[in-house]
Amino acid sequence: MKRLSIILLAMMMSAFAEAPLPDPAEERAAQALFQELRCLVCQGQSIAESDAELAADMRALVRERIAAGEAPLDVRNYLVRRYGDWVTFSPPARGTHLILWAAPLLLVLIGGIAALRMFRRPAS
Amino acid sequence: MMRRITLIVPLAIFVTFVIVAILGLQRPGERPVTSAMIGETIPDFDLPGANAANPGLAASDLKQGTVTLVNLFGSWCIPCRIEAPELARLADAGITIHAIAVRDTPENVAAFLEEYGDPFARIGMDAGGRMSIELGATGVPETFLVDGDGVVRAQWIGQIRPDQVDEIRAAVAAAG
Repeated sequence: MKRLSIILLAMMMSAFAEAPLPDPAEERAAQALFQELRCLVCQGQSIAESDAELAADMRALVRERIAAGEAPLDVRNYLVRRYGDWVTFSPPARGTHLILWAAPLLLVLIGGIAALRMFRRPAS
Repeated sequence: MMRRITLIVPLAIFVTFVIVAILGLQRPGERPVTSAMIGETIPDFDLPGANAANPGLAASDLKQGTVTLVNLFGSWCIPCRIEAPELARLADAGITIHAIAVRDTPENVAAFLEEYGDPFARIGMDAGGRMSIELGATGVPETFLVDGDGVVRAQWIGQIRPDQVDEIRAAVAAAG
């Protein structure tokens, strides 16, 4: 009986932890942030779609900090400071990640120049 | 000649890109996530204790000038049982080991200590798993080396294997 009440209590507590925030705007901000944070134990998934306990803990932390008035970017940075850039699906544009952001532009530029040169030169 | 270069260079870049992409796809997706907290001062925290013999753990307990190990464990975690003899050996060697019990209850922790031994000085109860995130840990067990100033120096992910005990002892000695 005691065991059952502990299980029930745990279920109620976890249900409470997963409850959406009362302010719809804050809940939307939290949900948006869930989408771009990686679940670190099931790495292909975001914490929005993962059932892992760590993901649930991270969702609770995000909701708590956003409810406390913290900006979503600051909450993300808080997690990046602890887990590194890998925790987010949108790598910050600095360091080696700059290659990711610059490469498409660079490749289109090189391709464009090559194409221009080919079209300009009349076939001999 | 110039024309040939303008063709070859983009083609070479494209081929490199394709090779990198194919190799990347074949690599296993999962990788251990190491904490970004190594080299950082431990964040402020204050956890309630597990029992009379193991009082709670706070950030100030890790800034007392002695090197400590902080072991994240759970009574529900099987590898934590397996590493118990290794933790006992480290404690016997005079190393202070504190624990953080992740998503656990004092009753279950008491039963765990009864069965597998208690090498811990302090045990902080972390019902919400918040300290895992604070330390950049992804699971249990994980063991962190914290120097006397409260700076995280090293992290061991997963159960401590028998052959790692000497390595950990050396790391503790080096951090002192």
